[in-house]
Amino acid sequence: MKNRKAPFEDRIFDLDECLPRERLAALQIDRLNRTLDRARHVPFYADRLKRVGAIKSLDDVKRLPLTTKLDLRGGYPLDFMAIRRDEIARIHGSSGTTGKMTFVPYSRRDMESWRNLCARFLSAGGLRPGHLVQICFGYGLFTGGFGLHYGVEHLGAAVIPAGAGNSERQLAILRDIKPDAVVCTPGYALNLAEILQAEGVDPSELNVKFGFFGSEPWTDEMRARIEDELGIFATDNYGLSEVIGPGVSGECPWRDGMHVSEDHFLVECIDPETLEPVAPGEKGELVITTLAKEGMPVIRYRTRDISSLDPEPCPCGRTGVRMSRVTGRSDDMMIIRGVNVYPTQIEEALLRIREAAPHYEVELTRPGALDVATVRVEMLPGMFSASMKEMVELRERIMSAISSVTGIRMEVELVAPQSLQRFLGKAKRVTDLRFKEEPKP
Amino acid sequence: MKIRQIAIFMENKPGHIMGICRILADAGISITTLSLADTQQYGILRLIVNQWEKAAETLEKAGYVVNITEVLAVEVEDKPGGLLQVLEIIRSGDINVEYMYAFTFRHGEKAVMVFRFNDPDKAIELLAKSRVKVLDGVALFKEMH
Repeated sequence: MKNRKAPFEDRIFDLDECLPRERLAALQIDRLNRTLDRARHVPFYADRLKRVGAIKSLDDVKRLPLTTKLDLRGGYPLDFMAIRRDEIARIHGSSGTTGKMTFVPYSRRDMESWRNLCARFLSAGGLRPGHLVQICFGYGLFTGGFGLHYGVEHLGAAVIPAGAGNSERQLAILRDIKPDAVVCTPGYALNLAEILQAEGVDPSELNVKFGFFGSEPWTDEMRARIEDELGIFATDNYGLSEVIGPGVSGECPWRDGMHVSEDHFLVECIDPETLEPVAPGEKGELVITTLAKEGMPVIRYRTRDISSLDPEPCPCGRTGVRMSRVTGRSDDMMIIRGVNVYPTQIEEALLRIREAAPHYEVELTRPGALDVATVRVEMLPGMFSASMKEMVELRERIMSAISSVTGIRMEVELVAPQSLQRFLGKAKRVTDLRFKEEPKP
Repeated sequence: MKIRQIAIFMENKPGHIMGICRILADAGISITTLSLADTQQYGILRLIVNQWEKAAETLEKAGYVVNITEVLAVEVEDKPGGLLQVLEIIRSGDINVEYMYAFTFRHGEKAVMVFRFNDPDKAIELLAKSRVKVLDGVALFKEMH
């Protein structure tokens, strides 16, 4: 995505983004040792790190134990907290595999780091003091809304906290207040573009110049459409609530991968099967160690996100390694309209309907701008009734159970027994037809 | 007094009903009457057959989801207002009709209809009081042969 020239002069927000690699490595080792000490306040890590001494070289990192989402879930609600209760400045959370949240506590310093990290990629994507930014992310336990909000304010720009949804209102703000930038999921940006078109509003009537997109997978085709239809310069950013939220990495004007803020995050890319590092540029699972996090440090956290790391220097001057856009997951997690959903959550919802969950599959499509999830459920004795009214109610009960477990509304189709495909061994529950136009190598 | 209805879940796919009919035919089961309720996605096929237990077992073995429901076969005067009379009796007892369909044969001078009520026992009691005949399975299948 280097075909479009950035319509602005690049401005580096924090000189730490440009630390020479040797100095960066020294800083990382120092911070890593301090993180290990902090992590020892957490019984889980105290036990795992018993035999681990001081880290002298970044090569030693490979010997540290990995942390999984399952480990974090086992520490529900706050066992992974490494600070005292009265030191908490904020708690955010992310959805888990069984409907259980993973809570993430932040210290005051974490909140300061977070706004700085978000300001970095906002600045790299064109945001300047004096700009007005419409944030169409949900505010709440989800980290997207608040993270970007603080980043914008820290940079010296202003926020319109429009929140998620209500496209009519979003459109009115875009047209009448004329913000300089928007923050949302790429899918929602396309949705807004479609509404603009339907309402007959020409993008030139708006003043949006920059878009900051994240939270869900997208493609170069989508980026081109968003830029054409909204007349903006769009950049990608990445983060996950387990390590901080948005702010882990973001694109610079060259848009050839997202610079990781390596002074805060140690990143590795491993083969999800062998757990060995993959060669630079090769695809693998991203593993992140926080280097400055106080509230909840994580050591070698397996993100399950598939990406690749490019260590080549970037002409922009930032020295942080560049990670490619996330192209998939090493587990079966789905990202639907920006929300993380696991097939096991659908199973859990179905168990509320019937003691033994029926066979099911999920199909993801994107007929317009937004994701549509369709769950096909095989009928079983005990669910089936001769009364149409009860059958309609059954379908509605399944839909509301799914939406209460996942937070996402999904379509439900009732299908005949044995009509869904069976797989030997691991069941393939999810068919993702959203990105068919861009097959990944 | 109650008779058993077999309901089968069907996807809206060509040949689905035919498959069911073939299974029943091969088992020597005779369909007395049926009704099909359908939506865009699926249908519910409701059947009254001469041997419901055998039919249910055979269909389940063939992989169908089957539901057995108790319904009433009620005699209805075959003249204007005949059905109305039955419905008025039912209404007076605050009973709901969930669905209904007709038999193809007549019982003497009368038509016979299948009713699914939300409270079948109360319906039997009320209909008996008003001298409306509810047929049992034996009477029905004698009629057929």
